[in-house]
Amino acid sequence: MLEKIKQLREIDKAKKIFLATIPFIILLMLYSLASTLRHQDNANDKILPSISQMADAFYIKAFVKDRRTDQYILWQDTFASLKRLAGGIFFAAILGIIIALHIAMLPKLDMLLSPFLIFISMIPPLAILPIIFIAFGVNELVKIMLITIGIFPIITRDLVLTIQKMPKQLITKAKTLGATQAQIIYTIILPQVTPRLINVIRLSLGMGWMLLIAGEAIASTEGLGYRIFLVRRYLAMDVIIPYVFWITLLGFLIDKTLYWISKNKYHWYCKT
Amino acid sequence: MKNTPLLEVDNVSQFYNNRRILENINFKINKGEFCTLVGPSGSGKTTLLQLIMGEQQAHTGNISMSGFPVKSPNIDRGIVFQSYALFPHLNVLENVMLGLNLQSRNNKVEHKLLLEKTFHYLSLVHLKDHAYKYPYELSGGMQQRAAIAQSLIIEPKILLMDEPFGALDPHIRDEMQVLILDLWEKNEMTVFFITHDLEEAIYLGTRVFVLSPYYQQKENKKSRNQGARILLDKKLSTHINSTEIKNSPDFFSMVSQIRNIGFNPKKTRLVDEFNTLHDQTK
Repeated sequence: MLEKIKQLREIDKAKKIFLATIPFIILLMLYSLASTLRHQDNANDKILPSISQMADAFYIKAFVKDRRTDQYILWQDTFASLKRLAGGIFFAAILGIIIALHIAMLPKLDMLLSPFLIFISMIPPLAILPIIFIAFGVNELVKIMLITIGIFPIITRDLVLTIQKMPKQLITKAKTLGATQAQIIYTIILPQVTPRLINVIRLSLGMGWMLLIAGEAIASTEGLGYRIFLVRRYLAMDVIIPYVFWITLLGFLIDKTLYWISKNKYHWYCKT
Repeated sequence: MKNTPLLEVDNVSQFYNNRRILENINFKINKGEFCTLVGPSGSGKTTLLQLIMGEQQAHTGNISMSGFPVKSPNIDRGIVFQSYALFPHLNVLENVMLGLNLQSRNNKVEHKLLLEKTFHYLSLVHLKDHAYKYPYELSGGMQQRAAIAQSLIIEPKILLMDEPFGALDPHIRDEMQVLILDLWEKNEMTVFFITHDLEEAIYLGTRVFVLSPYYQQKENKKSRNQGARILLDKKLSTHINSTEIKNSPDFFSMVSQIRNIGFNPKKTRLVDEFNTLHDQTK
């Protein structure tokens, strides 16, 4: 009996994986078809490079040292970009959680800051990008700052709502158990908000990547966004498309990792 | 000292948007009593509890614990809510231990003692085998037992319970009633227990209060804006640790008597007819 249930479950799993791969295969097939057709017309077509051409270009970027800089370009770009993304999100998370805890715990601060925060969060970060670059220069910190400015209002607002939605009875209970104000914040509220923070970070990763690529495109000497905008000048689609794919894959993996963390370390959060 | 009651509610009235909720509430609770407060839904039972907790301040009147006015929720008054209100990020052991941990200074010797104490309380509520489960993994009855242990462990002067068994299945509810009486007896607790279930109130209490807005101020005149009052304050005989008594004829007549007093909007009697000054001489 148990054996059979196990078998059925495995079949279900296989079915799930099979179905999930179908759209990817279709996309790949359509692309190959279009690429082949274009190459029949013009053997030197650069707009839709064949998959083997892209694999070659990607191989060179990833595993052949660049003669000019003596480095593996893909890894250099990836490392530079991830550092900025992580920095930007890290500062946004710290800023967001500090502001959110204070706003949620102090009603007067809520009145003072919340409307302002809602207003701020409506500013399209890309629109103030020139202001930031003009005011602060084009150094590394500014690219991190751009990401932070873009996503901290989202994180803050979401966490404030999460804390305000927490049952009031829990706070009362904590007080009857002798908790001080600081203990309420650090042992009752903060641990309950952490898994939500991970979720908001997952949701704002897309925005983070967008701001990263934009920042790198305008002022940088390395990074995934920089590379794409650099080789654009030579119509090097055989580099651009694998880079886009690589960025997408990285984003997907980061998302999956965060999901895995929240599912394992904060299993109670997913169940309530 | 002997004459100071543990909890004193002195002439308390409470309003909400100009509507009277509670009117001239007076009572004293002494150490060791198991007081149940019963009343129709919407009669202001939870408001009264929040006043005693210190979550709200009374508009008129005073509430004091051992002679000192009540300000905000603190360790003197433990609470058990209907919705359990366990901390979802802590397992049962951590939930029950929380009150001790919040006040300890985190040294290892002390930690071991606190852990022993926690396991003692877990065994009191029969949850020793579930110490490492999280609240979402427990049934309602188990969650409520954990919540009771959580409040009891810091030995509050009085335990306030707000419809604690209201969300449980009838047979689990009977079990819980026996359990709480057992704990009350063993730990010499003082309990203030709110419920809308008459049978529960009569079965559990050594003293039962009826809180209700169904009364007349003057003959043939029922004011629209009148708050709930305590219409009955009755001492009850102590009970056996079994729910069998609920089937006895005495028990039935008591239930119908109280239903007539507090739960019937049509049969309103004059306020003077009631024992609102709480003579305990009867």
